[in-house]
Amino acid sequence: MRTKKTLFVFSTLLMSSSLMFAGSVTGKVTYTGTPAKQKPIDMSKEPSCAKQHATPITGENVVTGANNSLENVVVYVSAGANDDGKVPSQAVTYDQKGCQYVPHVLPMHTNQELKISNSDQTSHNIHPLAKVNQEWNKSQPPGTPPITQKYEKEEFIPVKCNIHPWMHGYFVVLKTNHYDVSKSGGEFKLPDLPPGKYTLTAWHEDYGTQTADVTITGAESKDVNFTFKAKAY
Amino acid sequence: MNRSKRYLLLTAFGAALVGGLGVQAVAQDVPTIDPKPSVVVRPIESHIGNTVGHSESAKSDYKRYCAGCHGTYGDGNGENAVWIEPKPRDFTIATFKCRSTPTGTLPTDEDLYNTLVRGITNSNMPAWNTFTKQQRADLVAYIKIFSPRWDKEKPGQPIQIPAEPPVTMDSIAHGKALFTKLECWKCHGPHGEGDGPSAATLTDSKDQPIRPYNFALAKDDSRFKCGVTNRDIYRIFMTGVDGTPMPSFADVIQPNDAWDLVHFLRTLQVHRHGKETEVLSTAHGVIPPYVDKNPPPANPAPAENKAPGGGQE
Repeated sequence: MRTKKTLFVFSTLLMSSSLMFAGSVTGKVTYTGTPAKQKPIDMSKEPSCAKQHATPITGENVVTGANNSLENVVVYVSAGANDDGKVPSQAVTYDQKGCQYVPHVLPMHTNQELKISNSDQTSHNIHPLAKVNQEWNKSQPPGTPPITQKYEKEEFIPVKCNIHPWMHGYFVVLKTNHYDVSKSGGEFKLPDLPPGKYTLTAWHEDYGTQTADVTITGAESKDVNFTFKAKAY
Repeated sequence: MNRSKRYLLLTAFGAALVGGLGVQAVAQDVPTIDPKPSVVVRPIESHIGNTVGHSESAKSDYKRYCAGCHGTYGDGNGENAVWIEPKPRDFTIATFKCRSTPTGTLPTDEDLYNTLVRGITNSNMPAWNTFTKQQRADLVAYIKIFSPRWDKEKPGQPIQIPAEPPVTMDSIAHGKALFTKLECWKCHGPHGEGDGPSAATLTDSKDQPIRPYNFALAKDDSRFKCGVTNRDIYRIFMTGVDGTPMPSFADVIQPNDAWDLVHFLRTLQVHRHGKETEVLSTAHGVIPPYVDKNPPPANPAPAENKAPGGGQE
């Protein structure tokens, strides 16, 4: 997983090596207010998954950290990027592990290969509830090879497993490769932005979207922060 | 539409009145009358054997027989929709339950036609056998006007179904092993009674509760949602029932194994008389454990993955 990500970053760097004076945007995503408490998940009906978690895990709709930081926010360049159609040749990967989706939110470029695997000892059905793209629903028993798919159109697609109703994640299909998902601490980084005017959009599955405009003039790093208003329920 | 109507009104008033200043005030007071646009019926064809259906010909039939549930705009929001479970199909997203084509692809014209002929069991969709073949073909063409997918995409390639092997106890036993291994029982229950551990939590793609099929309730003349024959059962689990929790198993079941599963599923229909139940009753209702003659590399499911009571005894 990590090596793949490193490879991906490395190849992105290679692809954009012509951009001698590329800038970048870094920032933090935080929230104000009090988020709803995430309830623990009862996995007793799926012992093979339950035993993978020392303590019951909670839902991942809202994952917060120290200093009001907010994770799982997709920050992407929604205007000005001009890399629509530059589909990376590497696949993005999505795993089912411990009856959870890893990662919880997976951004990808339109038409980029998406590989879905099942590391669990139980069957899952992968059911992305696409509306703009086409909805499909496939069974994936343990030990079967990864399912390969792609999505043609931009869309935020909720993913669920009907067998394990607590399983929930998102495919985020974008028309750009300039994206990141806020990590623990709410941090994100969008590297390799050539000089220009950009609109950044930050998307959170429960708290909605926010935008910010940013202008990159050279090899500089701009700070852009996003603050979401937490919903109490 | 709204804006253009208002613009038209403005122009009309402008032409009628000469006093330029009063015009705007008058125009703004005019209430919007009907904000709902009429349906544009694009000419689309359907082909059922030698019969060619035309969308334009189904206008009045759709309005008379279909719009009450599926809605004037085909979005499944007809005036009866609030009273119906499961909800009427939304034609604007072009996701269909009964297909011969892989999950996520458009169905063939014949698939849609067959759904009209047969209706959908356990739903409010009746069998439209009062219509002529031509009327049904026209309606198949008509429902395509609601989604642009029909202009851009072709229906999927129908899945290949090999000839059915004879029903044997071996086949039934293997089917039972598959039923356990693929965890069909998680929803359909260890005895196919629709009472598996996940059954109560199931929702369809519109977030409405939906029940897994109860095999045990079937009688001799019972139908599945998408057909009656063994080939229909084969097709249902291989292509999946799109828009519902039932996934496609085409990637995980080999064609001949699928027939074994079909034979086992038939034995779950305990009140139905068929070849499968005959074979089972000759063995006094006992399905022996399945012994794989060519076992694949071991990838054993852990003990807790066995269906409670319904697993391999």
